[in-house]
Amino acid sequence: MADAILEVRELRKSFGALAATDGISLEVREGETHAIIGPNGAGKTTLISQLAGNLRPDSGSIRFAGEDVTRLSAPQRAHKGFARSFQITSIYRDFSALDNVALAVQAHDGHSFRFWRAAREERALREPARAMLEEVGLGARAGVLAANLAHGEQRQLEVAMALATRPRLLLLDEPVAGMGLEESQRMVQFLSGLKGKRTIILVEHDMDAVFTLADRVSVLVYGRIIASGAPAEVRANPEVRRAYLGEES
Amino acid sequence: MRARTLVLAACVLLLLAVPPMATALGQLYYIDLIRRVMIFAIAAVSLNLILGYGGLVSFGHAAYLGVGGYSVGILAFYGVHNGWLQWSLAILASALVALVIGAISVRTRGIYFIMITLAFTQMLYYLGISVEEYGGDDGMRLKVKSQFSGLIDLNDPVASYYLALALLLGAIYLVNRLVNSRFGMVLRAAKSNEARSRAIGFSPYPYHLAAFVISGALCGLAGALLANHTAYITPAFMDWTRSGEIMFMVILGGMATAPGPALGAFALLVVEDLLAGLTQHWQVILGPLLVLCVLFFRRGLAGLLPGGGKHG
Repeated sequence: MADAILEVRELRKSFGALAATDGISLEVREGETHAIIGPNGAGKTTLISQLAGNLRPDSGSIRFAGEDVTRLSAPQRAHKGFARSFQITSIYRDFSALDNVALAVQAHDGHSFRFWRAAREERALREPARAMLEEVGLGARAGVLAANLAHGEQRQLEVAMALATRPRLLLLDEPVAGMGLEESQRMVQFLSGLKGKRTIILVEHDMDAVFTLADRVSVLVYGRIIASGAPAEVRANPEVRRAYLGEES
Repeated sequence: MRARTLVLAACVLLLLAVPPMATALGQLYYIDLIRRVMIFAIAAVSLNLILGYGGLVSFGHAAYLGVGGYSVGILAFYGVHNGWLQWSLAILASALVALVIGAISVRTRGIYFIMITLAFTQMLYYLGISVEEYGGDDGMRLKVKSQFSGLIDLNDPVASYYLALALLLGAIYLVNRLVNSRFGMVLRAAKSNEARSRAIGFSPYPYHLAAFVISGALCGLAGALLANHTAYITPAFMDWTRSGEIMFMVILGGMATAPGPALGAFALLVVEDLLAGLTQHWQVILGPLLVLCVLFFRRGLAGLLPGGGKHG
């Protein structure tokens, strides 16, 4: 596939005897939303962590926009255009929502060896951050301490932080996990608004969300991709039904 | 927030009034006591930058008191009494030592960081003991205090009191500017959630190291002041219990607050002084008192001020 922005080749990662990632190859095209589904313990978060640079694979390679990023750290990849949300919400709990997003803006606005001027008074940080909060629907909550936001709002905030880095690849680890029905519908609606504009890798358990959002779906079982393709194809795949979807239908 | 500003302004006025009041009452001792407290307050303010805002629990901050103190002492030993030179060296040497210690220790976290910073300070402590040239275990006397081109006479207890006060206020202002700048936001963000910082593209290491160096340099200045205050420099400047005391001032006063470390220094050293006047066994009273403080004032003494212990 010539226009793949992300190419993963034969990625392997073991924890002791457990092969959490057992030779995964994956290609993601620019602008595509690629969902990764699979039963608990299939190695989905391990895969995302290797893509984001939080975990180093034992072998294999990750190429992004034609460049080998396998050995780059998480912050280095962030500057190449990776952004991620975590399965367990990861935000700055003791900062306001606006501070959270402003920090994400700051991280991509040159170095931060600026010692004197008050960062909270810099319009170059605050205004893009405020606009991003508006975009995810948290505009009215900008001044609230992140720890005091509702769970769903915290998830939205995390997505806002990821987007504020203007990423070329968005790695979302279960963005609607633990959300109420209404919250999760709102998040799915928001994410579908990003479709085509952003390249997204989405790990999700919520099948409604997956089949609404994904252009392609890969099914991960025991560290291997057993099927990959358009949502309808994957849903019809007998092996997938047996290994995974079967337990639901 | 306004009430808080008023309370703090009152504290500064009170400090300004100490020398005339002590002179009027014939209690010159208090000028000396409060000056010593303010010097330690500078050390605590410097530690707060990395401990309070950066979350780096350095258990070796007394090292820079020693490096700063010995910089003054050693230059004076060789007949260099120029204060500008002595104090610049104190700051530079402390920054350099902090750069070396930090380059290694800042890569670690938690208990390892505590142990490495402690170990380096112990090394410096034993270095101080072993160098006979500079008095070894007994230390060295500072026969002539730092000379500042006739601008200020450090032999005058009142003048050096006001110098210490000015430097303390300057240190608090400096650290407060730093922690609210972009640099400070990175530092505080990494303390709040390092994984998140890395994910949005901050590599904490260079920022932690820079903070460590700034903190050490500022504490070196306190060391230069302390050498002139005691007119005697000994390895005891770098004793690990001294590091513990400075850390305690920060925690007692309120980590990651602007006035906290100074409040902590005052509370600890003044209470220590009062108790020592009452009984020989003052430590038996001070210990439990400190435990109670930590248990009941979770946000430190700064948390008792109007406006609470919020950092911001």
